[in-house]
Amino acid sequence: MHALVQYIQSYLDSDRTPGAAGNFFWATVYILLVFVGLSVAVIAMNWLERKILAHMQVRLGPMRVGPHGLLQPIADAIKLLLKEDIIPAEADATVFWIAPFIVVLAAFTVFVVVPFGPTHAITDMNIGILFMLGVSSLSVLGIVTAGWASNSHYPLMGALRSSAQMVSYEVAMGLAVVSAILMTSLNDQGTLSMIGIVEAQKAQHEWFIFKFFPLGLIAFAIFAVAMVAETNRAPFDLPEAESELTAGFHTEYSGFRWSLFFLAEYSAMIAVSSIAVTLWLGGWMRPFPNLLNGETANLVFSLVPGATFLFLGAITFYNTARMPKHPLFRIQTIGLAGFGVVLAVIGLILFIPGVRVRIQDIFWFSAKVAGFMYLYIWYRGTFPRYRFDQLMKVGWKVLLPTGLGLLIATAVWAMRSEVWHDIIVPIWLALVDFLRRLL
Amino acid sequence: MNPPVATPFFFYMLAAVMIIGGVLVITRKNAVHSALALITTLLAQSGLYLMLYAPFVAGVQIILYAGGIMVLFLFVIMLISIERTQRERQFNKQWLVGIAAAAALGGLFIAVYTTTTKGQVLFPNVGRVSYVESGNTQAIASLLFDRHLGMYMFAFEIASLLLLVAIIGAVVMAKKRI
Amino acid sequence: MLDISTLHYLVLGAALFLLGVIGVLTRRNVVIVLMSIELILNAVNLNLVAFSRFWQSIHGPSALHGQVFAIFIITDAAAEAAVGLGILIAFFRNKETVNVDEVNLLKW
Repeated sequence: MHALVQYIQSYLDSDRTPGAAGNFFWATVYILLVFVGLSVAVIAMNWLERKILAHMQVRLGPMRVGPHGLLQPIADAIKLLLKEDIIPAEADATVFWIAPFIVVLAAFTVFVVVPFGPTHAITDMNIGILFMLGVSSLSVLGIVTAGWASNSHYPLMGALRSSAQMVSYEVAMGLAVVSAILMTSLNDQGTLSMIGIVEAQKAQHEWFIFKFFPLGLIAFAIFAVAMVAETNRAPFDLPEAESELTAGFHTEYSGFRWSLFFLAEYSAMIAVSSIAVTLWLGGWMRPFPNLLNGETANLVFSLVPGATFLFLGAITFYNTARMPKHPLFRIQTIGLAGFGVVLAVIGLILFIPGVRVRIQDIFWFSAKVAGFMYLYIWYRGTFPRYRFDQLMKVGWKVLLPTGLGLLIATAVWAMRSEVWHDIIVPIWLALVDFLRRLL
Repeated sequence: MNPPVATPFFFYMLAAVMIIGGVLVITRKNAVHSALALITTLLAQSGLYLMLYAPFVAGVQIILYAGGIMVLFLFVIMLISIERTQRERQFNKQWLVGIAAAAALGGLFIAVYTTTTKGQVLFPNVGRVSYVESGNTQAIASLLFDRHLGMYMFAFEIASLLLLVAIIGAVVMAKKRI
Repeated sequence: MLDISTLHYLVLGAALFLLGVIGVLTRRNVVIVLMSIELILNAVNLNLVAFSRFWQSIHGPSALHGQVFAIFIITDAAAEAAVGLGILIAFFRNKETVNVDEVNLLKW
């Protein structure tokens, strides 16, 4: 037992990711952890989306299934698994069967390079960001085949619109990503690897969203808009809007196959949010790592994860106290109190010094990604839907020129002394010389 | 650096996927099935690039080929694919001549690859090449862009011009009224 | 057999090239002919990248000329696929067929 703890500790203190160290066992453990964490995150997102959207619309959302609807995602999962598996009569069965798997494959393979900490990634590829952009563009193939295989015109139109939208906004995403990569090369640390990008932000003492103000901010804004359009979420969700296209490319999918699309959509949301967090928001770094660097500041910031969970537990206990005091609600009250106890226990575990030091990076990364998830839900509750031609107009006529101009501006500003001394000054001197000879 | 332990296994697996995918591409009646087989071939090829220590080319292959060109193919197949093409004859009248020509080409390849000059094998084994761990993208970039070492800058600019011409050409070709 | 050398990659590239050539010469559907052309280009790319690895063993780890050439070929293939499919759409609009042996408007 002690040897096991020692083995785990000696691994956790290593300085490389499992993939880079060639360690199959730990890579598999990390893969399982990421898979389980992603599933839990998708389930939590389901519940959170329905509750937050409901509260934004001044209603309550699911309240019946568990205390405050906490078991609603499980009820949904059971319903989806037990539904009848319908395949349209004229549909191409092989392609119909393959399409959800392509989308899920693309959405899950991306997480191989997502950095939860300086050594907490499954692997650190040399071309990390290129890999993430490329593999997330493979989901377009799954959507197109899903729409075609359904052999019905609503899914086909939804699939063509959805894939046209995703391909258009991939270009804008790519340009924003390139200008962030440009910023990593300033201290001779130019790299495409995700961990390298966060290390570059740490070495340059600046999150890239604040770098070359306002260029970093505009790049982040372009990416934030493009990533919402890339994942077909509101306000860019015309291809899957119910009133327009009867659920678009996944109209003919029911039961487990639909849940695969749903899983892939939320995983893709988490994936592009982690790209945004890694590239612009400093990845796993806590706020102010260099400004507030003392012992007490480190201690205070390391208490934040535990304090967050204790706060969530306190909110749960408060809601338990507000439950109706009727005998029929006894089970729900006990359930909610139990959930509060679980949250409080997690918070207390995160106060243990050994755990506290190690959980920092993962907590801050997850907190930033959770902030992005909240933004996604907020957008869905706030903005009206874009019409398809307006959507394409924004993608090609607004985001693409802005991205190009931003790339040029970032490049010129990053190399401003070279641009001044090697290009502008010689041209100016040559011009002055020419005019002097002329006159 | 630890030598990779599973290289022959992965090579033969990826090679099998590629060959099977290639055979499926040229024999399927349904164009969408051919396109899906081509996608698997391209992804397996990307894996082979990774085995050849070319991560940047592997990434470019996934983004451009599998994620761009194949989407284009699938779009066009869906726009113009008509059901009766699946019931028509799939192979043209000169298929025998075609296969004979391909067999002749195959014979030429075999003749070239088994040539030995004075008892030496044509392509000796590569052995341990030192791999610059974090430098593949940088090395390609220095070949493209560096002021002193970059010799492909002109080709790069011509490639961008080529893409512009291709965009304009494709738009003009596919328009209903010019 | 078990030690993967450059020759293994070249033979695989040759096999893919042959499959692509058979596809181009025997199929009637234009889209499948275009996809066989993509197979041919991929086989060539595999050859180039295998040779770049071979070249690296002779000229040092940054002699990546084969890989740069492969990137240019991928770009080229994208441009050619776009134009080819555009031509296909234009022809399909006129003649409602996607078979190569019915593209015979200029025959006497």
